Parts: sequence; C-alpha cells; structure tokens
Amino acid sequence: MIITQLPALQVVIPLIAAPLCLLLYRPLATWLLTVVTSATAMLISGLILAQVLDQGVIDYTFGGWAAPFGIAYRIDLVNAYVLMIVSTISTIVSVFARVSVASEIEAHNQGIFYTAWLLCLTGLLGIAITGDAFNLFVFLEISSLSSYVLIAMGNDRRSLTAAFQYLIMGTIGATFILIGIGLLYALTGTLNMLDLAERIPEVANTRTARAGFAFLTVGIGLKIALFPLHLWLPNAYAYAPSAVSAFLAATATKVAVYVLLRFIFSVFGKDFALDTMPLALGLAILGSSAVIFASAIAIFQDNIKRMLAYSSVAQIGYLILGVSLVSPAGLTATILHLFNHALMKGALFLALGCIAWRIGSSRLGDFKGLGYRMPWTMGVFLIGSLSLVGIPMTAGFISKWYLVLAALERGWWPVLVVILAGSLLAVIYVWRVIESAYLGGKDNEAQVGEAPLSMLIPAWILALANLYFGVSTDLSVGVATEAATTLFGAG
Amino acid sequence: MNDNPVLRIVAKIIIPMILLFALYVQFHGDYGPGGGFQAGVIFAAGFILYGLVFGTEALRSAVPPHILRIFIALGLVLYAGVGVTTLLMEADFLAYNALSQDPVAGQHLGIFLVELGVGITVGAVMITVFLGFAGRNDP
Repeated sequence: MIITQLPALQVVIPLIAAPLCLLLYRPLATWLLTVVTSATAMLISGLILAQVLDQGVIDYTFGGWAAPFGIAYRIDLVNAYVLMIVSTISTIVSVFARVSVASEIEAHNQGIFYTAWLLCLTGLLGIAITGDAFNLFVFLEISSLSSYVLIAMGNDRRSLTAAFQYLIMGTIGATFILIGIGLLYALTGTLNMLDLAERIPEVANTRTARAGFAFLTVGIGLKIALFPLHLWLPNAYAYAPSAVSAFLAATATKVAVYVLLRFIFSVFGKDFALDTMPLALGLAILGSSAVIFASAIAIFQDNIKRMLAYSSVAQIGYLILGVSLVSPAGLTATILHLFNHALMKGALFLALGCIAWRIGSSRLGDFKGLGYRMPWTMGVFLIGSLSLVGIPMTAGFISKWYLVLAALERGWWPVLVVILAGSLLAVIYVWRVIESAYLGGKDNEAQVGEAPLSMLIPAWILALANLYFGVSTDLSVGVATEAATTLFGAG
Repeated sequence: MNDNPVLRIVAKIIIPMILLFALYVQFHGDYGPGGGFQAGVIFAAGFILYGLVFGTEALRSAVPPHILRIFIALGLVLYAGVGVTTLLMEADFLAYNALSQDPVAGQHLGIFLVELGVGITVGAVMITVFLGFAGRNDP
C-alpha cells in the first residue's frame, strides 16, 4: 500500500513538516525536523527512482479524480532523476546548515528559516514530480516565494535588495509562465501535460500556440537565469546565507531547466519547439554568450560567492547548449550536467560556507594563505574547482566530454570552441582563488582553525562524489542516457 | 482615530457582523458562493478594521503575533492532515470518499475540513501581513 502512495508522500511529507516547523519554532528542533524530512524525501525519491527503472512510468491521481480532470502525477525517469538530485542536495546541505545558520541568522528567525527551507523543498519536489501544467506553476510559486524569504535572511543588508530584485524578476517570470499556460488552456481546454501533448499538434499552427510557447520560454528563461535574463542571480546567491546559496545553486536553476526540457520535449514536442519555432538557434546563441560573457565577468569579481554565482550563469549556458543541439547525445549531456553541476556547485558553496563561518568573509583578499590555515576546507574548494574547470577524473570532465561529443556529432565546431574557451576562462577565475590560498604566502599571523566536522563532512561528501562520478560513470551516465532517450522519444 | 466616537461606535457595531458574515461565507461555501479563502479574508477584515480604529497595539494585544503564527501553521496542518487521513484509510491523497461509509457524506466532510483549514490560514496570514506593514516591530 505504502509503495503506491510514494508519489504523494514525496511532496506531502515536506509540506506537512513545514507548518510543524513553524509550531516547534526552536532552532534545534526545527533543524532536526528539516534534516529528518529531507532524508525521508531522499529515501522516497530513491525508492521512486528504483521503481521507475524497474517498471517504467508511475501514474498517480489525486482525490480519486482520473487523469485529465484531476491533478495527476506522472513520473518517468527524468522526473525521478530530478527528484533524486533535489532531495539529496537538500539532505546534505541541511546537515551542514545548523552551525552555519546559527552563526548567520538570529535565533528567533531560525524557526522561520527552516520553515521556508521545507516549503522551498516542497515546491522544488512538486515541480519535478507533477504532470499538470497549472500544478507546476503553483509549486513554482511556492518554491520561489520561499526562496525570496531565504535569500532575504542573509546577514548582509544588501541581501534585502538582492531578494527584492529576485522577487521582481521572479514574479515577472512566473507571470509569463502563467500567461503561457493560460493561452494553452484557452487553446486546448486541458492542463494535463500528457493531454496537452496530444492536443497541441492539431492547433500548433495558430498564433495562440506560438504566443503561449514564447511566453513560457521567456518566463522559464527568467527562472533559469538564462544569459540576458540572469541579472537577479549574482546578487541573490552572493548575499544569501551560505547554506541557502549552496541549496539554491545546486537545485533551483536545475529544476527550472527541467521545466524547460519538459515543455520543449514532452508538451510541445521537439519538432514544433526547436524546428518550427527557431528556438534551437536562439538557445545556441544565448547558451554560448552565457558561457563566454558570464565566465569573463566572473574573472573580475572580488567577492568569491559572486564569482561562483557568475560561474553558475556560465554553467547554465552549457546546459542550454546541450538542449540546442537537438540530439539524444546533446540532451544526455544536459541531463548529466544537471547532476554534475549540482555536485560541484554544492561542494564549492559549502566550502565557502565553512570559510564564511571561520573568517566571516568571502572576499578574495581574505583568502591569502587559507590553504594552510583551513587545509580540509580548501581541499573541498580545490576538488570543486577542478570539477568546474573539467579536469579529467572529475564529474565536470564527464559532462563536458559528452557535450563535446554531441557537438562533434552535429559538426557544430563553434560550440566546441565555446566549450574550450569557457573552460579556459574557468581556469583563470578559479586560479585566482587557488593562487591566493596556496601561493599567497602564509605570513598571516592569526592562526585560523578548521570548520567543525558537521560542516566539513557534508562538504567532503559532495567533494568525494565529484571524484566518484568522475571515475565511475555507470550510474550517472546510464540514467542520463535513458532519461534523454525517454524525453527525445516522447517528442 | 481613538478620539472619534462615531468611528469607534460604528466599528463596534460592524465588527461582529463582519465576523458573522465571514463564518456564513465559510460554512455556507458548500452550497453557495464562498469558501475558505474568501471567508478568511473577510474574517481578517474585521480584525484589520479593529486595528485601524483602535490602533495596532490594541489589535496586537487582541491577537498576539505568536498566536497568529500557530494558526497559520494549524490551517495547513488541518488541510494536509485530511489528506494523510485518507492515505491512512488506504485511499489516494485527498480522496474524500474514504472519510465516511457514504461517499457523499465523505466528500462533504472532506471539503468542509479542507476549506476550514484554508480559512484559518488565510485569515491569520492576512492579519499578520497587516501587522507587518502597520507596525514597525517584528510581527
């Protein structure tokens, strides 16, 4: 019985834990509840993933209303894969969060912090699991609203303006998505994605369908922080609490990319979305610009958190490039990179969280000699950086390798140049930190110790995962390939 | 506005009617227009009128922020709790039919409880939003 209810429990458990957090309100109790809830969600998504790999698509209907009328969850491999990423990262980062949050957020706000965390988790899991277009919008708003709260809780006054900026941009994006869904509903009379996919081809050649598609693409583009729409992201990540930066950087934009994939491949179908509408070329240009420009801007950042945020914008460029190739290989690279980028950015932001806890800063100048003062933390940062650049034996190399293969398959040489240039730029911006930390001399007299184990262990788990998935690729590449085939075949 | 007798007396007469109307919209929502969200907003409007006429301090002592916080959580717990109850009765999430022997009675009870949950949370959130904007202090 419990197995058949897993899709509902995946979302309902964090949804119930959130108000319970508000009732408990004590920092330690709420933190414990958050960790337990995240771990349970991870367990459930593991079971769902195993079930999907074993038996194929899972269908679940709410309230006993059959699919096109009621809200239905339809979980294929792509859903299960994204669920796994979100719940795993939430578990690892929430373990890390206790000490980090205690030092950055006042005690009487921590109950609200963990409530918002769980709501954000609910929203992200809900987006990844639902098979209903309007339900997706509702979960998108749940996750967005709670992430504005999370970002605003940073201990820098600028986090308030960053959160407000994100609020404005995010709301515009969500409104565009809602208008897009509304137009599709007006056209087809259904909100169920499977139903939409069946009915759209008949009416695809109308202005309403094209307008709906355009609204959806731009709205999701804002949520993804696709290059010219990325302006909210650097400040939001830079001034959010450390744990929130790690959580959102590793999950929020990934889930938004999933939404884009879902609408392009499952709802509209790739022929309409990428061929009839000239989106493939547009995405290729925007993705390439993201890689080059965001990487170049990252080089000039003094605040390392901000630097990593710009690097995230660049990494999103790689994800989008994979989509623009319109081939199973390109899609595999994108889906693989969703996971690998979550690992590397998670590790890097957690390392920064340790440093912020110890020396209370993330400015480049304060990193001098840090390689000797916090060797374990900088070890995580080093591994994360290598993975970000794409050195062989790290997860980052695997996803870039598949992207390069996919580009060669299509004969898109300029994309190859962009990927190589992006990697070189990444070497430059990462090297500034490494150089300062290891070669900047250890003349600083203040002996700074390590971060506590409760922060180091989660950071090291992510760092080691970067190495593991750089060597043993059976699991990650296997699932990504199958997920890509599912999506590509469906269109 | 504390020194304006007309406002104070009219408010005192109107507020109970607003609250009563909110309860009507809440519980008659099954048969007529209305439901939890509208009722919650109307209920909160009564409290907000009280706050406007008698000052936010009076409102704050009538409904302390920590009580509001509990009600915000309680409404959502009630809503999700109905869903979990149906799960425990081996039906799908929020499948109200399982709540009673008679499916119609089950649907009735289910929607009643869920709307009540919505009403509680919406009302408490509306008052909290008002207090958050009206008072400088943390709600």
